[in-house]
Amino acid sequence: MMNWKRKDLLGLKDLSAEEIKLILDTAVPMKEILGRRIKKVPTLRGRTVVTLFYEPSTRTRTSFELAAKYLSADSVNISTSASSVVKGESLKDTARTLAAMGADVVILRHPMAGAPVLLARTIRAAVINAGDGTHEHPTQALLDMFTVREKKGELAGLTVAIIGDILHSRVARSNIWGFTKMGARVRVCGPATMMPPEIEVTGAQVCLSIEEALTGADVVMMLRIQLERQQQGLFPSIREYARLFGLNRERLSLARPDALVMHPGPMNRGVEISPEVADGVNSVINEQVTNGVAVRMALLYLLSGGGMPDA
Amino acid sequence: MRHKAQILDKEGIRRALTRIAHEIIERNKGTDGLALIGIRRRGVPLAERLAAKIREIEGSTVPVGTLDITLYRDDLTTLAQQPLVHRTEVPFAVSDKKIVLVDDVIYTGRTIRAALDAIMDLGRPRVIQLAVLVDRGHRELPIRADYVGKNVPTSRREVVAVRLQETDGEERVLILEND
Amino acid sequence: MHKLLLKGGRVIDPKAGEMFTADILIVEGKVAAIGPALEAGEGAVMDVTGKLVAPGLIDMHVHFREPGFEAKETIASGSRAAARGGFTAVVCMPNTDPVADNRAVISCIKARAQETGLVKVYPVGAITRGIRGEELTEMADLKEAGAVALSDDGRPVASAAVMRRAMQYARMVGLPIISHCEEPALSAGGVMHEGYMSTVLGLPGIPAAAEEIMVARDIILSEYTGCPLHIAHVSTAGSVRLIREAKARGVPVTAEVAPHHFTLTHRAVANYDTSTKVNPPLRTEDDVAALKEALADGTIDVIATDHAPHTLEEKDVEYQLAPFGLVGLETALGLVWTELVIPGVLSPVEAIRKLTVNPARILGLPEGVLKVGGDADITIIDPELVEVVDPATFASKGRNTPFAGRRLQGLPVATIVKGQVVYNRNLAVIW
Repeated sequence: MMNWKRKDLLGLKDLSAEEIKLILDTAVPMKEILGRRIKKVPTLRGRTVVTLFYEPSTRTRTSFELAAKYLSADSVNISTSASSVVKGESLKDTARTLAAMGADVVILRHPMAGAPVLLARTIRAAVINAGDGTHEHPTQALLDMFTVREKKGELAGLTVAIIGDILHSRVARSNIWGFTKMGARVRVCGPATMMPPEIEVTGAQVCLSIEEALTGADVVMMLRIQLERQQQGLFPSIREYARLFGLNRERLSLARPDALVMHPGPMNRGVEISPEVADGVNSVINEQVTNGVAVRMALLYLLSGGGMPDA
Repeated sequence: MRHKAQILDKEGIRRALTRIAHEIIERNKGTDGLALIGIRRRGVPLAERLAAKIREIEGSTVPVGTLDITLYRDDLTTLAQQPLVHRTEVPFAVSDKKIVLVDDVIYTGRTIRAALDAIMDLGRPRVIQLAVLVDRGHRELPIRADYVGKNVPTSRREVVAVRLQETDGEERVLILEND
Repeated sequence: MHKLLLKGGRVIDPKAGEMFTADILIVEGKVAAIGPALEAGEGAVMDVTGKLVAPGLIDMHVHFREPGFEAKETIASGSRAAARGGFTAVVCMPNTDPVADNRAVISCIKARAQETGLVKVYPVGAITRGIRGEELTEMADLKEAGAVALSDDGRPVASAAVMRRAMQYARMVGLPIISHCEEPALSAGGVMHEGYMSTVLGLPGIPAAAEEIMVARDIILSEYTGCPLHIAHVSTAGSVRLIREAKARGVPVTAEVAPHHFTLTHRAVANYDTSTKVNPPLRTEDDVAALKEALADGTIDVIATDHAPHTLEEKDVEYQLAPFGLVGLETALGLVWTELVIPGVLSPVEAIRKLTVNPARILGLPEGVLKVGGDADITIIDPELVEVVDPATFASKGRNTPFAGRRLQGLPVATIVKGQVVYNRNLAVIW
């Protein structure tokens, strides 16, 4: 078994299958802690974890904060509006402040692709990408993979269908890298206007219809459709989007009977997913949330290696 | 690493465990409320063997759990890489139990300190006792074992290597020395 | 009398397409003689044995940022960079602040260049006021003040109607139009080539079509109006095809390529290195191959750097926030030699032609040739000299280059403007 050697987690594209397995394996004992009455271990006492969020995301931030607290780290939140980025408040200046504060791990959510790469180059602290623009959202993909592995035992050989706005989805990108590295087949499906160019080079198979994508799938991952994409002219109407790409019970019957239905949240019920499917027996959407904390604990633990910065 | 001496063979290990099993029953006046928790890795097969021996002697089954103390270690900030974390599996409530913690070797006492904290996080046992196959001395914390298979004076340069069938494919305890 | 003799070099005559061993005698800033075994008399002698002696290189596409953005570059610092890069003349784009859309700014640029007195600086005037793409500038006045071409470079002229009028008017005035071809509705928000890498990196893409649509439009308008059109910084195989086909039809169109576009691909963006952020963006391997083919077959007439300096602070930000542009003056010749001449894409004479006579012809400049009686603007090249690019050594204020650490062979070793040695790397001058 290997050890973790990276300073940062910036994306899944450059991770090996072994590294992904290590994270998922480490999340298993972390999940056991979540099942205890006293959800706390002393592992990261004295460490400071900073969540630096340039986009509002209560659920991801809370998940990281709980993960830090359960491991006894001190956590500090800095939330900044996306507009401050545009106003030219330098990420690097903020980073230097964080370093001066003695942050050991910085969790960055940023509206622009590559911002965590810039931050990681600037500071000695470990950087975890909590979603950057339309680039990657590695912790979401890891919790998705953890959830699927827990239910299916194995990721290799599974067929995963990702449906929706692939173009703007960092979740889709990270899941494509992660699942394909672990030996699963990934299908992507969505409006042609929201399909990134040459996506098949990532290893994903492009399906033109949702029926094609769903047939025989072991995992169905629905993406949130941002309603403002309609104003940008990327699809004609919510009605037509739901008609062509919405998941309902009838369509779900094309997938394997034991298929898992997932959604990174927050859901547009009745648009990309019908309520009866979102709350149905195949849905593991609520478990995704619990597993998110376990996976993030695993990452905080692994990335806190290498001794204290001043030790 | 140089092989220096063999301190226990297969028979020696078996006899030591049998004696410890008797002592546990004796000290606790039977097996009522008794549970064993082995510390990963080699404390786990030792705990299972002790449970089997107690069953042979008393005819009653004692629950056995597995403890991974990695997240409770006090040296994480000094290690270059984080050690692998394994599952803690304690399939019974520890509160009000008489817990016998089992490990292969007691040395500085730091592992046992971590294990005590880990167990406390799971609940509030009535009592915690400690059983080890080998006590090699050099304690750094005020901790002592209640049941000891063999006391072996060692120097700090030496390593006590417990080899068990379940984990190592052989049965003996050796003293090795760093060159 | 000021005399300088360049002794023993291989002289490149790009116009005649020849290369021969000869000495060149410079007297009072002019070429006095070209021939074998010349004598300097009481003048100085520069031994250029084993070196190539070319007409002074012309970079017909630079941004010197003055007036307005002197933190990025000034005419003085840009001129030093030009001299160090082997260029004796540069052509400055008008997107300064204020924009070079009136006589005063053009005159100011010329005056500042005169003061600096290193290399020749030719300004380009804007096509539209404030490069806003709406009202035409006073093109006749700009020409009189010294503008050698018209361009809204940095921004496209979005309206076909405005471009059509601009071409009609520019033709009347006798100035070529240099077009920055970009359909803004297609490129909007884009920061790199739209393709596999933009998908992987999650960065908004600029499709090749955004450039090609405008190349097609401007070729059609050039054909319609008869106005000479020069396509700046061609970056795609599709643009090459359109230009090749237009030239075959006799449309008065010429084109340039920048060294980074025939050297790098969008894969260079992989680590969000903002020095790779440039407009038009770095394209694909196929585009690079098409650009090299177009250089070889003459579809592309000119190599120009699009030298676009920025401060470290401006570039040291998130990729999407960084300004477009990279510095090119001090790596251009090395890249031309390393990427084109040594691999045999272009002969030395062809390469020099695209850096001298061709831009001079397009802009109607007297430079670009070595002839007796003409200005002694000369670039001495050592085709064997090897150097690893180190931005810290740049004379330019801009250090935004994607070529740091790259090994280049074939470098300028001396630059002479009107007989004055404005840059000398290592050549001995004997008095």
